[in-house]
Amino acid sequence: MDPKKRSSDKASQEMISQMAEAGQQNAWDRLETQLPQCGFGKLGVCCRICTMGPCRIDPFGEEPQFGVCGADADTIAARNLVRMIASGAAAHSDHGRDVAHTFKMAVESDNCDYMIKDELKLREVAARYGIKVEGRESKEIGTDLADAVLSEFGKQDGTLVSAAAYPPPARQKVWEEFGVTPRSIDREIVEIMHRTHIGVGSDYKNLVKQGIRACLADGWGGSLIATEISDILFGSPWPIRFGANLGVLDSKEVNIIVHGHEPTLSDIIVAVSQEPELVKMAEAKGAKGINLSGMCCTANETLMRHGIPVAGNFLQQELAVMTGVVEVMVVDVQCIMPALGSLCDCFHTKLITTSPKCKIAGAEHIEFHEDRAVEIAREIVKLAIENFTNRKGEGKIPKATERGIAGFTTENIFHHLGGRFRGSYRPLNDNIINGRIRGAAGVVGCNNPKQVHDYGHLAMIKELLKNDVLVVSTGCSAIAAGKAGLMRPEAAAKYCGPGLGEVCETVGIPPVLHVGSCVDNSRILTILSNVVAEGGLGEDISELPVAGAAPEWMSEKAVSIGMYFVASGVYTVIAEPLPVLGAENLTRYLTEGIEKDVGGKWAFERDPVKAAHLMIEHIESKRDALGINKAAERKLYDMEDRRALSVE
Amino acid sequence: MSKIIASAAIRGAHKIAGQAEDILSQAVKEKGKDCRVEFPNTGYYMPIIYSMTGRGVETLADFEEVLKEVKDMLPPPVDEDLWLPYLGQALDAGMATLFAEEIIEACKYLIGPNPVDGIWLGAADDIILRERGIQFVDGTAPGFAAVVGSAPDVETAVTIARKLQERFLYVFMAGHHKGTTFSEQLVEGGVQLGWETRLVPFGREITSAIYALGFASRAALSFGGVEAGDFRRNLLYNKNRIFAFVMALGDVSDEWYATAAGAINYGFPVIADSDIPQILPTGVCTYEHVVSNIPYDQIVEKSIEVRGLKVKITEIDIPVSVSPAFEGERIRKDDMHCEFGGQRTPAFEWVRTQEIGEIEDGKVVVKGPDVDTLEAGGKLPLGILVEVAGRKMQPDFEPVLERQVHTFLNEAQGLWHMGQRDINWVRISKDAAKAGFMLEHIGKLLHAKYHDEYSSIVDKVQVLIYTDEKDVLKLREQAQAVYAERDARLEGMQDEDIETYYSCTLCQSFAPNHVCVVSPERPGLCGAYSWLDCRAAYEITPSGPNQPINKGNCIEPKIGQWDRVNEFIRQASGGNVPQMSQYSMITDPMTSCGCFECIAAILPMTGGIMIVNREYAEMTPCGMKFSTLAGTVGGGNQTPGFIGHSKHFINSRKFIAAEGGIRRIVWMPTMLKEDIKDTFIKRAEEFGLGGEEFLKKIADETTATTEEEVLEFITKAEHPAMALEPMF
Repeated sequence: MDPKKRSSDKASQEMISQMAEAGQQNAWDRLETQLPQCGFGKLGVCCRICTMGPCRIDPFGEEPQFGVCGADADTIAARNLVRMIASGAAAHSDHGRDVAHTFKMAVESDNCDYMIKDELKLREVAARYGIKVEGRESKEIGTDLADAVLSEFGKQDGTLVSAAAYPPPARQKVWEEFGVTPRSIDREIVEIMHRTHIGVGSDYKNLVKQGIRACLADGWGGSLIATEISDILFGSPWPIRFGANLGVLDSKEVNIIVHGHEPTLSDIIVAVSQEPELVKMAEAKGAKGINLSGMCCTANETLMRHGIPVAGNFLQQELAVMTGVVEVMVVDVQCIMPALGSLCDCFHTKLITTSPKCKIAGAEHIEFHEDRAVEIAREIVKLAIENFTNRKGEGKIPKATERGIAGFTTENIFHHLGGRFRGSYRPLNDNIINGRIRGAAGVVGCNNPKQVHDYGHLAMIKELLKNDVLVVSTGCSAIAAGKAGLMRPEAAAKYCGPGLGEVCETVGIPPVLHVGSCVDNSRILTILSNVVAEGGLGEDISELPVAGAAPEWMSEKAVSIGMYFVASGVYTVIAEPLPVLGAENLTRYLTEGIEKDVGGKWAFERDPVKAAHLMIEHIESKRDALGINKAAERKLYDMEDRRALSVE
Repeated sequence: MSKIIASAAIRGAHKIAGQAEDILSQAVKEKGKDCRVEFPNTGYYMPIIYSMTGRGVETLADFEEVLKEVKDMLPPPVDEDLWLPYLGQALDAGMATLFAEEIIEACKYLIGPNPVDGIWLGAADDIILRERGIQFVDGTAPGFAAVVGSAPDVETAVTIARKLQERFLYVFMAGHHKGTTFSEQLVEGGVQLGWETRLVPFGREITSAIYALGFASRAALSFGGVEAGDFRRNLLYNKNRIFAFVMALGDVSDEWYATAAGAINYGFPVIADSDIPQILPTGVCTYEHVVSNIPYDQIVEKSIEVRGLKVKITEIDIPVSVSPAFEGERIRKDDMHCEFGGQRTPAFEWVRTQEIGEIEDGKVVVKGPDVDTLEAGGKLPLGILVEVAGRKMQPDFEPVLERQVHTFLNEAQGLWHMGQRDINWVRISKDAAKAGFMLEHIGKLLHAKYHDEYSSIVDKVQVLIYTDEKDVLKLREQAQAVYAERDARLEGMQDEDIETYYSCTLCQSFAPNHVCVVSPERPGLCGAYSWLDCRAAYEITPSGPNQPINKGNCIEPKIGQWDRVNEFIRQASGGNVPQMSQYSMITDPMTSCGCFECIAAILPMTGGIMIVNREYAEMTPCGMKFSTLAGTVGGGNQTPGFIGHSKHFINSRKFIAAEGGIRRIVWMPTMLKEDIKDTFIKRAEEFGLGGEEFLKKIADETTATTEEEVLEFITKAEHPAMALEPMF
């Protein structure tokens, strides 16, 4: 076992070696025991939807070519694919729903642990939802907004308000004409489950179409609600420094890791963890203080808003426990490995589950209730403090840490590019048009032990930067970039081509912009909408010189995200192919034909550098189509020209 | 590199905010919190603070609030390592700097040193703003160069200033470098400073740069129809309309950087002679933001390129430069080589139409002795006869073209012109004579300018210049006959005789609903466009802002409404003005853009109206100064009881004819009375009001400053308005 083949991250390599020495199993080991993985499953041609099956299609053209019901490879793979979308969209949207419920509680109550933290954004979002804001109290507006967003989940008439309020008009028209404008968030997910039931639809394109509809309800609906309402409730992020990697753990302090996705609990833990009384209690136990850090998207939520250090990304959750210095790992939902239960048993570390949706064998369950948020958060912190004395020895914390800048949002980009008086996206558009920046890429997504941990993200990002492509990042990809120093502003000079480097230097930004957790991929959508609205780069997202990628993806959420980017007009490259390769027509549709319907398409490429070049080629082709690859002469303005300029 | 600039700008902002705090506390100590604070004669308070925040600062106590805001806007210093985004912060620091600098300069007006001192002019009042600011709107000035610091030597300073003037730019000067200033260098180089020559020395300190940026802000408020507090539109108006830039000459200090960061908010880039870092990516400004290390012989061209400005310079083959910037140049006796006319010698200028075959285009004939025959201080008679021909030329355009002689001649450096017709007066400076300027060059200049600006009506131009007294007298007699004939025709021209009026929508760029309807008896409210001018303008640019309106059927003769005129107004105002009266200030009055020379306002107690002209800065009987009134009347809205109009219109027979005409005038400033006196007396006699007698019955600032006093005055004077029916 060579740890370098498992992870490109030094801290992780160190812990992987330690786990091996200690005989502890981790995800990489378990992957090995799974090999060879089921070929039918990988190719997407295995159907276990009804008990006439399981059926599978021979991928080499031999018999059988049909399941018992007559479904062929395209039907089976399409059903499987859209069911992945249903699950992914459900996960994001349920996250959004929970935040929205907390928001409703906050605006309706006078005595609550939550409150509106960003009044300005409340008003902006409410206005988008068509709620009157002039001359009204925040709580009134908030109540209306809470009802409006909650009704998006289950309404029976019309289409999503946000799908008409956020995307460019040209994009909405594409959806309307193709017939995929989402109606309500839950409905689209439910309809996938119906349509993929035995004996309903078998036309693969029609199945994918519903997948598109559901994923749009995620990206422009559930995820967007999660982002917008979280900003209102927990405060909109603003550029902030953070530390990253396992080295942020402190052997002298009580270490609490918040892991999972939703900010509802973690935000309160952040607030209470430095209460003098608790700190004193920790000191009484011999600790120097209380050290909170994050893991996965919970980390992204708390670092974006509070600069809480991030201990690691998805594949580092077991490694963090292995340090032996974690008193409590508190988790909510999504991307929490069941393996943590048994692993924590070997250490003093307490794994605490908090969501009724996510209980894990071996974990202690302290159910989180928003109406008693502070009380429960304190209870958890106290539990960690109590557990400090159970720690055995110093533990083994890898030294590697990095620092970076996070906290970029759709809204604060305006300020960074022009201050409070001239805030605008103009400098971004201008410098894309003049070619200093060739385009932009969203590099997002998970870790997957099938790829060398973090390598896919980093190799791709560095290649893009070298070619003057600005990168925005979320989720575990963002953490990878942060750990590698790509979110240091100094990184611009080191990694970027001359054009992008100059722009980053002008604005004072790192070349990779951290825009948040995986629901915050909705920020990338709204950023793209703003770029279109700023003008000069076409009328639709599909005209922009941009591309998306998930070089180490593994989850169903990533499928939903990928599909909503494709369906929003973005060329999206992923490493591990979608499980559809056994279905020839479906594969061709997803990688070619779909572009005609929605403007974006998928590509599969495991080599991150090659994948980066696919993206760059696409970006250049969009630039050509926009006519901005021709050197433009400097226009000089006479009086007539000046009069023709807008002053809006 | 930007990081160095952002860091310096933020440091500078902190320093200047500190200075503002110090001088403000000193001012409060000396004068008390409630002490009024203002720049002279302006309705725009502290113009940058007012335009950006909507806050009208009136007392030192208000400044204390502003200072809090400044501190709130001041970002923390940029860190050496792991810095946070600084572009937006530096721009905010720049704006905070400008607010702080307004505090500093305004406090100086209170406790000294007085910003107005020696060559230093300090803040421009609203009269200058109107007169000069409008040039940024109509295109006669594309923008300004804010020159900071000083050139390496006097000669370089003069060359740079001349080049900027030749490109029609205003030069606003502030700040010093190596103990001297650009302004002082120009003075040393014998250059005439002042608003007239577009070379404006604001102050010695960098803080006085706010007079330049405040002027820009006010231009947007005044001509751009931008509301105070609408900072975004104000700044974008400046970015896209007023092509200004900062020329930094000398070592750039933190305070300079901070002020420049403020200017960049306006879209005004910085061009420096020194080797400072550059900011080349575009976005806030039209092109680059900071460009440096530019040699002096290229700095003007480079500045214009960076700002993205296209200036049309017509190369005219004469030995002096030609630019509107030289229009205001005076030639004092000591600087004069020779002069013509001005009651000293007989002179005239006359434009007449000829058959196309009779003119040789470009021919210039000088008959008689020329400039080089004269000793310094000499004089000669002068007859300038311009003969034009063109398929679209009409005799009615002759006076329009003739009036341009004044402008065209003044635009030549070292040439000065006053008056018109047979009361013209021309001087040629010593410098121009030394450069070889001869009378032939006047001909060449006129030929080039007529072709340049009137090519759509004029095909051929020749100029005949006479200096022999005999010739001049003979031709002057012919010219005088033509002048008299023209006057008679114009005097006799009545609205009723004409089927076609003209629109003027030139000002819709800043008052989008406003439409002027110009008829023979109602000239444009700016005073610049008579019916004939509009007609000529339409011929020159058929798709331009002056369109013919076939007036159609008369709906209401008394107030002056016609169906087709109303239809036109509705459409041209985007449906905002449904109908408009040509002769009433009560029923559907004409809208005003903001360029009016005068405002007429009812004084309800008196049953009459007052008229105030733009130059009159004092309080008026209606309780508002001109600047405040202008805010009420302008912007393209119909405001019954108030109209903006030209001075000339007062003497029209149709002046508020529906309400009784000039009999309603109960108050006018003495300067306005003086201005319109001659024709006014004639008109008053014609109306049976008793000529000069009537003018005396009208109150002015020497007899009444409140409405009550006006009433008292006119009652005593038995003003005819007393006998009229109420106006509404």
